[in-house]
Amino acid sequence: MDDRVIIRFNHVTKQYDNDLPVLDDVSFEMERGKFYTLLGPSGCGKTTILRLIAGFIEPTKGDIYFHGKRMNNVPANKRQVNTVFQDYALFPHLNVFENVAFGLRIKKIGKEDIERKVKEALRFVNLEGYEQRAIHEMSGGQRQRVAIARAIVNEPDVLLLDEPLSALDLKLRTEMQYELRELQRRLGITFIFVTHDQEEALAMSDEIFVLNKGKIEQRGTPKDIYDEPVNRFVADFIGESNIITGTMIDDFVVEFANQQFACIDRGFAKNERVDIVIRPEDLELTTVERGKLRVRVDSVLFRGVHYELCCYDTYGNEWLVHSTKKADIGEEIGLHFEPEAIHVMKRSGGE
Amino acid sequence: MRRYAYAIPYWLWIGLFVVAPIILIIYYSFFDIEGHFSLVNYETFFTPVYLRMTVNSFWYAFLITACSLLIAYPTAYLLTKTKHKQLWLLLIILPTWVNLLLKAYAFLGLFGTYGAVNALFEAIGIGTKQLLFTDFSFVFVSVYIFIPFMILPIFNALEKLNPSLIDAARDLGASEWTTFRRVIFPLTLDGVKAGCQAVFIPSLSLFMLTRLIAGNRVITLGTAVEQHFLVTQNWGMGATIAVFLMIAMASIMALTGNKKWGVRQ
Ligand SMILES: Nc1ncnc2c1ncn2[C@@H]1O[C@H](COP(=O)(O)OP(=O)(O)O)[C@@H](O)[C@H]1O
Ligand SMILES: [Mg+2]
Repeated sequence: MDDRVIIRFNHVTKQYDNDLPVLDDVSFEMERGKFYTLLGPSGCGKTTILRLIAGFIEPTKGDIYFHGKRMNNVPANKRQVNTVFQDYALFPHLNVFENVAFGLRIKKIGKEDIERKVKEALRFVNLEGYEQRAIHEMSGGQRQRVAIARAIVNEPDVLLLDEPLSALDLKLRTEMQYELRELQRRLGITFIFVTHDQEEALAMSDEIFVLNKGKIEQRGTPKDIYDEPVNRFVADFIGESNIITGTMIDDFVVEFANQQFACIDRGFAKNERVDIVIRPEDLELTTVERGKLRVRVDSVLFRGVHYELCCYDTYGNEWLVHSTKKADIGEEIGLHFEPEAIHVMKRSGGE
Repeated sequence: MRRYAYAIPYWLWIGLFVVAPIILIIYYSFFDIEGHFSLVNYETFFTPVYLRMTVNSFWYAFLITACSLLIAYPTAYLLTKTKHKQLWLLLIILPTWVNLLLKAYAFLGLFGTYGAVNALFEAIGIGTKQLLFTDFSFVFVSVYIFIPFMILPIFNALEKLNPSLIDAARDLGASEWTTFRRVIFPLTLDGVKAGCQAVFIPSLSLFMLTRLIAGNRVITLGTAVEQHFLVTQNWGMGATIAVFLMIAMASIMALTGNKKWGVRQ
């Protein structure tokens, strides 16, 4: 077996009582030293995956392997995994030093070693000199760093982070995104990061798992996921998109908005119904004559770096356009795009 | 001005039912049995008879509190894990609504020579035992009576405990026992203290049970107060003992006072 694989889920299902499964037959592998992100809407099972890895819960069906060894029945305190909890879960009766030292004290490490390691961990997260502070005297961002220090001081193989940035304000959050990514590179261990924020996921990850209703919809690099979403859900979740239905006439020819366009996709059945994605930034404003699509501007928003235009074509399809050029409301304009901008996806069932 | 007006009933209440009785008790403690002002009661209190009684009271109160805590903590812990915890909690609180005397008489029936417990002992071949009027039955019944007051604050403290702290401890390598010792117990200490107060303080001055269940084998300060007021009519001595009981209770309250987490250590 590939010895770079550190965690493997083999047909894992988690079900509470007789409810619908929270995780439904999920299989995946994760390699050592990478930054993984679990991305999905609230309630899709992200925390459940982390809790299965950490060992707080056991799968209903299926197996979990660490380094190729089955771990289903290994209790949480015997796993080489540490967690940064969503609410940080710092011990309120212990000061910063004792919080970070908690895991080391359990391992019966010598006093000087504990002192040295805790200091080092706190330096790692830029919290030198805060050793004697009580937890309630720390700000949100500082608490989060204490939680990270408390986890990494144990030198785990895998660090689990459950929406650690969601409680922070925007500026601090962006800062911490850089710091976490940097931290992962310095430590060289596997990070599994949970978020429901797609921008965060795209900015930080080596690889993203997009989850929906207890299933993995797609896994891939941020670029893969953004450029080649496999279905409507992923395309919609990963960013603002124009998603409309169309028909694959033939390889490299797709029809939507009552017109046929050249595209770069192939391998569909003739005349198969498909979903089409075109990102708003791939649509280019032009004159009606030169445009591939002819639309009427419905609203214009100034977004700082660009204008966001909402337009409708004659068939009632909505087209979102990001452009540095401005257009007037009610104006007829043309939209131009390259064949590569059209992304054709199989239709997901039931919509 | 309106604010003060609202406070008047409160201060009246405190004055009438808290301050006045305390002052009266202190006042009475300075009179001997003939009604002369003297300090003789205080001298008597420091004789071996009363000192032994004091030690006795503390010892039994301690036993009752310790037994209650040992049973109440695991019970409260299990309660937080059960499905219908509100129902179970209600079942535990329910007996506190029954009059103390009734419960004591019920135990007289159960523990008597021809009571249900001895009938059971007979049936399984242990034979009839003297149950009533023993130290054991006194502590047992007292624990039974006070235990809800120990369970409730501990249960509340456990309920308030953030469950992810337990996950965090396990995550950092703590076994179940270590998690209990280093996270769960320290964080529910306030509940334990409140429970100990609620049991220890009334146990100190228990009287009726000492007579009914322990058959006057156990003589505590509470019994002495009752005897002085009702039998020997020596109100002064009774009041003096009451003064010492109040001092003891106040010191216990001060010692186990709730220091909230969050204040600097
Ligand atoms: N102990 C539990 N009992 C029953 N249902 C649960 C339990 N824990 C989580 N769930 C359900 O599992 C689903 C997924 O939860 P979770 O993994 O926490 O989602 P998220 O992706 O938001 O982290 C939710 O619908 C939640 O209600
Ligand atoms: Mg979650």
